[in-house]
Amino acid sequence: MSGGLYSTSHEEIDKTYDPKNIKPYGDTMNDGKTQLSFTLPVPCGDEAVEAAKQLLRKMGFENPQIVYYHELTEGFTFFNAYGSCTHTVDYTTIHVPKVESTVMSMEETDAFIKEHIGRKIVVVGASTGTDAHTVGIDAIMNMKGFAGHYGLERYEMIEAYNLGSQVPNEELIAKAIELDADAVLVSQTVTQKDVHIQNMTQMVEMLEAEGLRGKLIVCCGGPRITYELGKELGFDAGFGMNSYADDVASYLAQEIAKRMGK
Amino acid sequence: MIRTQSKLGLDFEKVKQARTAAGNIAGQVQNFVDGYTTVATERTIARLLGIDGVTEDGVPYPNVVVDALKEAGLLGKGVMFVMGNAVCDTGKTPQQIAEAVGAGKYDLGKTPVAAADKRRSALQSYVDDSMNRIRTRRARREEYLRTIGEGPKPYLYVIVATGNIYEDVTQAQAAARQGADIIAVIRTTGQSLLDYVPYGATTEGFGGTMATQENFRIMRKALDEVGEEVGRYIRLCNYCSGLCMPEIAVMGALEGLDVMLNDALYGILFRDINMQRTLIDQYFSRVINGFAGVIINTGEDNYLTTADAVAEAHTVLASDFINEQLALLAGLPEEQMGLGHAFEMDPKLENGFLMELAQAQMLREIFPKAPLKYMPPTKFMTGNIFRGHLQDALFNMIGIWTHQGLQLLGMPTEAIHTPFMSDRYLSIENARYIFNNMKSIGEEMEFKEGGLIRRRAAEVLDKATALLQQMEKEGLFTALEKGIFADIKRPKNGGKGLQGVAEKQPDYENPFIQLMKKGA
Repeated sequence: MSGGLYSTSHEEIDKTYDPKNIKPYGDTMNDGKTQLSFTLPVPCGDEAVEAAKQLLRKMGFENPQIVYYHELTEGFTFFNAYGSCTHTVDYTTIHVPKVESTVMSMEETDAFIKEHIGRKIVVVGASTGTDAHTVGIDAIMNMKGFAGHYGLERYEMIEAYNLGSQVPNEELIAKAIELDADAVLVSQTVTQKDVHIQNMTQMVEMLEAEGLRGKLIVCCGGPRITYELGKELGFDAGFGMNSYADDVASYLAQEIAKRMGK
Repeated sequence: MIRTQSKLGLDFEKVKQARTAAGNIAGQVQNFVDGYTTVATERTIARLLGIDGVTEDGVPYPNVVVDALKEAGLLGKGVMFVMGNAVCDTGKTPQQIAEAVGAGKYDLGKTPVAAADKRRSALQSYVDDSMNRIRTRRARREEYLRTIGEGPKPYLYVIVATGNIYEDVTQAQAAARQGADIIAVIRTTGQSLLDYVPYGATTEGFGGTMATQENFRIMRKALDEVGEEVGRYIRLCNYCSGLCMPEIAVMGALEGLDVMLNDALYGILFRDINMQRTLIDQYFSRVINGFAGVIINTGEDNYLTTADAVAEAHTVLASDFINEQLALLAGLPEEQMGLGHAFEMDPKLENGFLMELAQAQMLREIFPKAPLKYMPPTKFMTGNIFRGHLQDALFNMIGIWTHQGLQLLGMPTEAIHTPFMSDRYLSIENARYIFNNMKSIGEEMEFKEGGLIRRRAAEVLDKATALLQQMEKEGLFTALEKGIFADIKRPKNGGKGLQGVAEKQPDYENPFIQLMKKGA
């Protein structure tokens, strides 16, 4: 096989779209073309290129192409590679758990809270544990919000308390009790060595020990958080990349109303 | 001062007014600072008297001594007073005394008081010894710069953050071979809030590696090796911010660090450290950094991660003015002031590049001798690494165009993980390509009179000057309580570390301040 970089031949592949067998798309249906880059701990040279190609084949790529390689430092070679993926997935059977609420605008959420809850809801949030990053919790809570989505502080019907970064779980819980909060938001940006998992697990355990778990809506968020991960760790919801205050506020309003039986 | 004509048509009369206001603000802070000491300041003096090592339980001896002082109500008398008495009393070294205190065999609270001249002469040789060690370290750097030289400015600054100092060495040496001029070893998450400095080589950390004197030594040695190999002195950067500012400064001075993050305002705003505590700590740490020839970096860039980069640009400039004046009061020369700012505007903004360019050029002209520290985009970096690489490229263009001093290289994967070895390579390649390809653009280009760039610079300067003149009336403490910087409010008596502050008592001495401010 010698496809080559500029090969226009796709004769051997079936170009019919089949949702039961989907694979990456380069410029032709089912060509499987995938772009990768990685580093191998080997010296630069022909053997390095061959090693990278063999690895690509093991990953399930046909016709692996090393289009660029460079020695980063002695004994480490960096590759840019392309290949045609041989694997497929069945798109028709995919099911991803998601936050099941309608996303509303700030005005709609405020109106919803007035109508269905009839009082301000209290939300306490922090970047917890050793995490010093406030970018996530600020994006959701601060008045200004992020990328044009106003934060919870700007909502008329939300009383929002942003405790900042490096807040111990016990402090966040104590504050939630003190303020008689409806919901707690936990932000985690640093995920090296799964430090966020340990920290979030501890949070849920402490809430359970205090008998608070059922009384509060507890959400987590961060670039590496998914709804599924949040659920798995015992949170009510998890908010990942591309989530804004609107998503969080809409969910909280509807969940609180639901729990109030309204 | 040599200043070529402003490319921005800046009003230097206004710059002078801003600087005068900042000088008064800094002077008010210094009046306060002069009356107090802290546990970290006293531990630093303990280290400068040769006290090092840890007890069996891992408590550093400087903490043992200063905790004993605090317990005996002698913190305001200071380590020089107490140790001077103890050496006169026992004839032992400060280290031996610290060990005896740690073992519960000596009570610093019950030491008889010796005459002032006896106390001083008892400690003189330890004082001289530390001063000489730091002088030798500084001379060693200067010798390297004379012989093997250094890379051109802007220096390429990259971070390593594996958590394991030995893995950091591999990453750092690779980065130096790829062209990096400065290696910053990111500290482990949370170290800034420890009121002690851990001891020995460490291999565990989250998002970074413990700053310890042994880790400094290991990395300094590794960078000297690779520096000799590549024929370029490689600078080492760490962080003396948080609750141990002067202690880490002195460890860096003893082990040949070249660059230190050193900004009380950063600690107050982003780590919720008490403002009184950290401003007192900062003074001594800057005196040490000044004497050791260490470039300090200030943290203004961080303001723009929480506040809006367009609306709040003037707070960065105002804070740079204050940091400049505080540094001058500590005897730190302009050539060592890595004043901070950042390229943090929303990439979707029309003409955002022009505004960033205006601000970077403005800072260059206002602080002509300072090796400005320019931070890459972080807030608007996303998982789209391809756009991220372009954002970093625009940032690099401004770096070379406006002659920044320390270019903190952005990584395409900024929003995803601490850098892979390959990320660092791509970033260095990006910067070197642009720095070479656009080398003299700053000398070739001028800015149109009445144009957007000149107007932006004037606007930021006007607002910064007005802010400083308002702060001059209220003082820095009040400004911080009001949330002037980074939209974050901090109370004067809140935050961490206030219990480690004490008013200086009669007989208090810190001879290192005078000695170090005299210079090498």
